[in-house]
Amino acid sequence: MKHRLMFTGKKLIRMVLLLLGVSLAAFLLMSASPLDPLQTNVGQAALGTMSQEQIAKLEDYWGVNTPPVERYLGWLGDFIRGDMGTSLLYRQPVSTVIGQRLQSSLWLMAFAWVISGVLGLTLGVIAGARRGKLADKLIRGYCWLISSTPAFWLALVLLVIFSVWLGLFPIGLSVPIGADAASVTLSDRLYHAFLPALTLSITGVANIAMHTREKMADIMESDYVLFAKARGESTRSIVLRHGLRNVALPAITLQFASISEIFGGSVLVEQVFSYPGLGQAAVNAGLGSDLPLLLGITVVSAAIVFGGNLIADLLYGVVDPKIRRGVARK
Amino acid sequence: MQPILEVKDLSISFTQYGRGTKQVLLPVIQDLSLTIAPGQVVAVVGSSGSGKSLLAHGILGILPYNSHMAGEITFLGQPLTPQRAAAVRGKEIVLVPQGVTYLDPLMKVGPQIRKGRRDQAAKAASRAVLERYGLGTDTEERYPFELSGGMARRVLIATAAAATPKLVIADEPTPGLDARSAKRVLSHFRELADGGAGVLLITHDLELALTISHRVAVFYAGETVEEANAADFTAGKLRHPYTRALWNALPQNGFVPIPGAQPGPGQVGEGCPFAPRCPKGRPECLGPVPYRALDGGLVRCLYPEGGERP
Repeated sequence: MKHRLMFTGKKLIRMVLLLLGVSLAAFLLMSASPLDPLQTNVGQAALGTMSQEQIAKLEDYWGVNTPPVERYLGWLGDFIRGDMGTSLLYRQPVSTVIGQRLQSSLWLMAFAWVISGVLGLTLGVIAGARRGKLADKLIRGYCWLISSTPAFWLALVLLVIFSVWLGLFPIGLSVPIGADAASVTLSDRLYHAFLPALTLSITGVANIAMHTREKMADIMESDYVLFAKARGESTRSIVLRHGLRNVALPAITLQFASISEIFGGSVLVEQVFSYPGLGQAAVNAGLGSDLPLLLGITVVSAAIVFGGNLIADLLYGVVDPKIRRGVARK
Repeated sequence: MQPILEVKDLSISFTQYGRGTKQVLLPVIQDLSLTIAPGQVVAVVGSSGSGKSLLAHGILGILPYNSHMAGEITFLGQPLTPQRAAAVRGKEIVLVPQGVTYLDPLMKVGPQIRKGRRDQAAKAASRAVLERYGLGTDTEERYPFELSGGMARRVLIATAAAATPKLVIADEPTPGLDARSAKRVLSHFRELADGGAGVLLITHDLELALTISHRVAVFYAGETVEEANAADFTAGKLRHPYTRALWNALPQNGFVPIPGAQPGPGQVGEGCPFAPRCPKGRPECLGPVPYRALDGGLVRCLYPEGGERP
């Protein structure tokens, strides 16, 4: 137990350092951005009609004249005190914006995460266990096709087919247009989240299935599977008793590592579906020079991805007898 | 007495892709013959890379899909077809593999011995069989990585003994063990044979094999070059020059090496595979060499020790 606490403690220190680094990198990129916040957010024409005084006020608002070091340290100081600042674009506290966006994105990502995990693992196990057979060829073909397809393009194709031609699903957004927030039901949300989640799932499956297949194929060629065969175990029993057990560890790593990919994919997919999630907010913040919001989103998403990997590491200790028993003996 | 296992002219080859898409048939075992009677331990002795393990896999019918097997295998008087092999393996024919890597690393020993059965009878049986090999009940709860080398071998033997087999195939059961543990492990195979089973002991260790075997088949580059009673070895009655070389290479017999190396699969011509390294090799050794009876044993040599030219 003490060992595991130490392990978690070390990981948390690492996480703090990581978040610091990530926020600094995001800040530096933003500072180096050639976009002029006034021109992008106010517009060239509007700026031309403004007085010098008004422009100076706006420059103050967007922090154009503050030295970068001061800006970053100011943001960092507030952040450590628990204040993520106010979004310049949405004119709301960053925590509120992220809270709302994360909520609608979480639906999407959780759905995609579970579907791609379960489906990817199943397909990977089947392909690996039946390597070289028809099932394997079909699954591999699917994975290659999907892996070489950009997520946003797939999103467009699904949108065209299911929303435009067939009219089965809404063309975008997370709730019905013009509906009162109070009257929006869970089924409304699921209905709107379906296509973007499907896109993310389809792309996520390929990666997980291919990696799982590789592991499963290795397992099927291992000494212990050969011995299980020699002991008269059926292929079914070998896959279920030895295959799944041994593919579990890499599968956990894959599953939690895929959080980052789903996060990344959601940025593009949300853009295509005009889905007001975290990804879309990140794009807006980046293009609109909304520094507090961009840094807030960067830190929160990095923390979520890191958290996923941390959970995977901790689960390893629970699942892998070598770690579990090794710890118990110390 | 009806033999337990009879192998006649067994050949195993692999299909490999040569240059481009051209398929090449690579022979690994050629014209192997072997007989095992009940209660008998027959050792197949040969150096690494001679195709010994494939013999075990061939009998069990678990060769890889790109392999091809020809010849006759008779088990308890009936031909051992792939279907029959699938039905009897793990029950009447069991394999004792080389080491701990043949156990599922993430499954406790108990469930592995029981092959997934969870009833009380199975539990009692697995406990009894572990006890028989001097392993405590706590062994059931261990994972393979928690076993010592000697314990792992005994667990593997326990998996075999749990099935009350007619034929035990032991594939290199001793490497990595000190002499005492190796002798102890081998004595367990002798016990199984004394209980009426046939034991096929596949090993590279001639000296250890002689301690428990009744008969020894010497294997070179995929062919049996000699089959003899174990007593012949200690009596100095060796037939094939390779057997002689193997015998002389043992530390207590002079530790004499011979130059050259065993040819790999596909490098063996029609004649005697040992001819290029044989001190007595002659040009005609590269022609056909029959496997023939000689003085209570079998030999594949034109000029064997203690035999005239046929």
